[in-house]
Amino acid sequence: MSPTEHERLKALVFQPVIRSTPVYYLWLAFLLVVFGAGVLAYLNQLNRGLVVTGMRDAVVWGLYISNFVFFSGLSMAGTFISAILRITGAGWRRPLTRLAELSTVAALLMTALMPVVDMGRPDRILNLVRFGRLESPLLWDLMVIPTYLVASALYLYLFLIPDVAVLRDELKGRVSGLRRRLYSLLALGWRGLSEQRQSLEWAGTVMMLVVIPIGVATHSVVSWIFGMTFRVGWNSTIFAPYFVVGALYSGTALLITLMFIIRRLYHLEDYLTEQHFRYLGYLMAAFGMVYFYFTFAEYLTTGYKLGGEEKDLLEEVFFGRYSRLVWPGFLAGQVLPVLLAVHPRTRTIPVLFGASLLVNVGMWLKRFIIVVPSLAAPLLPAYGWGIYIPTLTEVAVTVGSFAGFALVITIFAKLFPIVSLWETEPERELMVETGGPSLMGGQDD
Amino acid sequence: MVAGLAAPALIGAGGLSQPSADSRSRSTRRRQWVLVIDLRKCEGCVTTGKPPQCVEACNVEHFVPRGQEWIRVLEMKDLTGHTYFLPRPCMQCENAPCVRVCPVGASYHNEEGVVLIDHRRCIGCRLCMAACPYGARVFNWGQPENPPGALFADYRPEYPVPHLKGTVEKCMLCAHRTQNGKLPACAQACPMFAIYLGDLTEDVATNGKEVVQLSTFLAENHAFRLREELGTRPRVWYVPGHGQEYGRDVRDTRTPKKPRSWQELGATLENPHGGHQ
Repeated sequence: MSPTEHERLKALVFQPVIRSTPVYYLWLAFLLVVFGAGVLAYLNQLNRGLVVTGMRDAVVWGLYISNFVFFSGLSMAGTFISAILRITGAGWRRPLTRLAELSTVAALLMTALMPVVDMGRPDRILNLVRFGRLESPLLWDLMVIPTYLVASALYLYLFLIPDVAVLRDELKGRVSGLRRRLYSLLALGWRGLSEQRQSLEWAGTVMMLVVIPIGVATHSVVSWIFGMTFRVGWNSTIFAPYFVVGALYSGTALLITLMFIIRRLYHLEDYLTEQHFRYLGYLMAAFGMVYFYFTFAEYLTTGYKLGGEEKDLLEEVFFGRYSRLVWPGFLAGQVLPVLLAVHPRTRTIPVLFGASLLVNVGMWLKRFIIVVPSLAAPLLPAYGWGIYIPTLTEVAVTVGSFAGFALVITIFAKLFPIVSLWETEPERELMVETGGPSLMGGQDD
Repeated sequence: MVAGLAAPALIGAGGLSQPSADSRSRSTRRRQWVLVIDLRKCEGCVTTGKPPQCVEACNVEHFVPRGQEWIRVLEMKDLTGHTYFLPRPCMQCENAPCVRVCPVGASYHNEEGVVLIDHRRCIGCRLCMAACPYGARVFNWGQPENPPGALFADYRPEYPVPHLKGTVEKCMLCAHRTQNGKLPACAQACPMFAIYLGDLTEDVATNGKEVVQLSTFLAENHAFRLREELGTRPRVWYVPGHGQEYGRDVRDTRTPKKPRSWQELGATLENPHGGHQ
């Protein structure tokens, strides 16, 4: 990369940090309004109780817990995928890692929020610390998710340091004193010395190795909230790996979505090429196929016997009340995106973007189908099927949480470069991939 | 007769409004309560013309919030397609899934084997409701209505009044009554004497009218427990039947009337049984 090219990249990457367009503020205001509406809806719920939701004694969990599972899946996007790609030395990941790690942090914040929103007595949340019982699957989540959040935030921060140092050095006089102090503080005296680089490399490698098992643990414990009960459809040994693969699928798709948006907004067409999309598309397709396989294995073993309550559940899900959600979600969310991502004619950037959106719409539906029908299924024949229709409050909080997710990314993008400058420039790249084998990239280094 | 020794206290106390001194003196013994529900005697109160009396008695005893039924009379289908009635309280499982999953220990077993909820500690996560395989748990989704003066009542898990918003509720086997030697409200109110309170330590059970040896009664009448295969080890036993002891025909298609709430029954803290009795 020539010096002029370096300057060009730097300008592209840092420009949004230095100057914001009216569109940015419009978008920010829009997100704030939507998020605010969600907060208002929640305050009303806080005041009147969960009676304002559609949840009742039969179906005790609904949109909130579906969102909880969904956001936890999105969180896989980042750290895990970015760590895996780093560890395998896939060079093409470089412009993506920052975004991936950031979306993990944003998704985890929403993951942590959702169970609190769902609580009947959020005022007693500290009881979880005061009286917490390790036997409860909820405690497992309480321990793992904050750990994942802290580890992901650290991971994001570590690889941000060299870029923050550039901001500190180059933005003198161009940003407010407060922001300069923030950069100076966060840069931790980074001068790009070789000892500093070695420390960063070491810390990065450690975090990489730490974050992967924490990611697996997170999706496992989320699944065990359900798997530790006797409920039909949840009482399954496959749940933990099923959720992990679902998260990988969902997370990779999110990465493609975000990559598309960032590419457009930042004019990074030269750095985020069709090849990046194609590689991520392959990963997404691979995870999608494993997910499909798990889904197939799960439903075949319960469906084959056509016995008892499992038969009733499958009938209700595939041919009954929930079939309107299941089939579109399955075809558009699991089958179509995989086909689009592998077919030579369709694996183009816009199509992959569309496919990635489909995946996450499908995965959200899938989460809903995991959570609700198992609760609605009668525990004793006399009960009959429970009914759950989400209310406006739940919809508002759900939409608000998506706005909250986007808000975290939007605000971050204003403060820090969302594409890692020092990692995107191969000359200044100093670590990790030097020795490691390349997964499937490398040729674009 | 072994059972006869302990039984009079239970029978006698059950009919009195005040606990007898006799039962109090015996309360140092750690009972292990069970319920036995004789379905041969349960006809869903359809022949009485009243709503199920167990449910209504429970409603007034605990000021059960409107819309909840801590004991619920289920209309079951037998294998030939005919109906029988099955009152379903909390099963008080020995291996209770709800107690296991509770993140804060708000659900627990007391020393007498009864599953209680500490509503001052419950965080309202409803994991216990997802875990209960019997659907015995209900939730205060909004602010439940309490009788006047209830806010000053001396709350304890054995007598959970006042009811609190955002917490889980369920049958607690009238722990406040059994402590004082009384039958649970449902057993007391059953006009057919279908519900027996038993004590595993003494191997005895009574419905307030007769006393039986628990183990013999269960064995001789092919008693079963709900969803036995799950291994929850419920403390509620059923004797199979369809109300035949009171002449209910198994082909009878009448269904129980809707139970009235404590408000409809006019219960107050001073007069818990309202105008009803």
